[in-house]
Amino acid sequence: MPGTLRRTLLAAALAAAAVLPAAAQERFITVSSTTSTEQSGLFGHILPIFARETGIAVRVIALGTGQALDVGRRGDADVVFVHDRAAEERFVAEGFGGPRRHVMFNDFVITGPAADPARIAGLRDTNEALRRIAVARSPFISRGDRSGTHAAELRLWRMAGVDPVQGRGQWYREVGQGMGPALNTAAAQGAYVLTDRGTWLSFRNRQDQRLLVEGDARLLNQYGVMLVNPRRHPHVKAADGQRFIDWILSPAGQAAIESYRINGEQLFFSNATQPEPVS
Amino acid sequence: MNDLGSAFSMAIGLIATADPAVAQIVLLSLRVSLTAVAVAALVGLPLGALLAVARFPGRGGVIVVLNALMGLPPVVAGLLIYLLLSRSGPLGSFGLLFTPTAMVIAQAVLIAPILAALTRGVLEGLWEEYAEQLRSFGAGPWRAVPTLLWDGRFLLLTVLLAGFGRAAAEVGAVMVVGGNIEGFTRVMTTAIALETSKGDLPLALALGMVLMAIVVTVNALAQGFRDAAARWAG
Repeated sequence: MPGTLRRTLLAAALAAAAVLPAAAQERFITVSSTTSTEQSGLFGHILPIFARETGIAVRVIALGTGQALDVGRRGDADVVFVHDRAAEERFVAEGFGGPRRHVMFNDFVITGPAADPARIAGLRDTNEALRRIAVARSPFISRGDRSGTHAAELRLWRMAGVDPVQGRGQWYREVGQGMGPALNTAAAQGAYVLTDRGTWLSFRNRQDQRLLVEGDARLLNQYGVMLVNPRRHPHVKAADGQRFIDWILSPAGQAAIESYRINGEQLFFSNATQPEPVS
Repeated sequence: MNDLGSAFSMAIGLIATADPAVAQIVLLSLRVSLTAVAVAALVGLPLGALLAVARFPGRGGVIVVLNALMGLPPVVAGLLIYLLLSRSGPLGSFGLLFTPTAMVIAQAVLIAPILAALTRGVLEGLWEEYAEQLRSFGAGPWRAVPTLLWDGRFLLLTVLLAGFGRAAAEVGAVMVVGGNIEGFTRVMTTAIALETSKGDLPLALALGMVLMAIVVTVNALAQGFRDAAARWAG
């Protein structure tokens, strides 16, 4: 009997070995990027075009910008494609990758409950909108996750001269999660939230959330791309990673970005050939 | 209510049309979790059987630790494997992070203690019945382990199913070490988490129903196999 058992175990081990991935021979690079580019569907639109032109598949890990840069720091990605200029410049200055190139932009918007208790609907001035939210102590959902959107939100509060931390645990609620979960929470709690327009447009569970504030120049959301430093991490696929960066900055890549639309609305605006706007 | 209804009809649609994207995710889920169960069983079953028969100093401590590890949060197991497999970690040169293999390792780490602890519980009862008989043949604990595992095989099937259930249901570990890469490391649970964060709650729930249908099918197949084998063995 134990002989039979040994055979059974051996068979199980062989079966296990057989179903383990047959070492994918596919040519690929790994890009650590943000939930906004992945969940808005942009990558689903442009990456197949890149793969067709070059034969290089792109594996996207979608995280908040802070985490995505950390994945690059650890050498677990070949390219980083994120949206927090200050954090990106720190990444480059620390020698983890670069040079940083600007690729495209869209904008942030503030959404909130239709009832709009802080009366911000239609404002263009984010300073004024945020001050009204703070004064009314209306619930505001913060990402609280070191993402690019979180960094932008903290910058906007600073510009508005408001320290939201005094409302922490009361009206200022940090969920420590991605854009989608933050929008789900805002919808459930009737709260205001800062979101990138792409995620907002593709978000399905809006309930009575409405787009309330848009159009302020301070709401610019710039994306940048960097190759992870191959001298720091020798296994980085520098040639194929650079190929991706060159492509996305090229007319073909920039046109692919421009052509992505949800319900006829363009989500991202390529600006690699223009000087980078200052926010 | 409306959402629940549309989720249910969407789930039926996904199964009926065998949607290729969903089918690929389902197959990867099965491949990862079944492989993880097989790998964990190679360690967990013998360890559990040994603990059932052997008496040694510190055995109580080992059992306490094993039982406690049954409650290991998946995300902690995932982080541990992440740090080991990361390019900056000790096993980084293998380049396994963000691959299905990494997901198998994480799930195996997660369920091996469960298999060991449950195996010990199941076989201890059997050992009490057999101990006298096996000892009369002069079989020490090392010899008794394979015999016990073989004689308890039908009971152990339930243990394996418990391990499979835990593996197929967890999201924290595979999300961290797999990265939820579309078409490569996206499994049922990470797809459900993704659709939830995109606010497509009916689709997320429909995928959840598909996952439950698969787990029920696997359990039914195992049960049928067990019954057939038991009849055949008389």
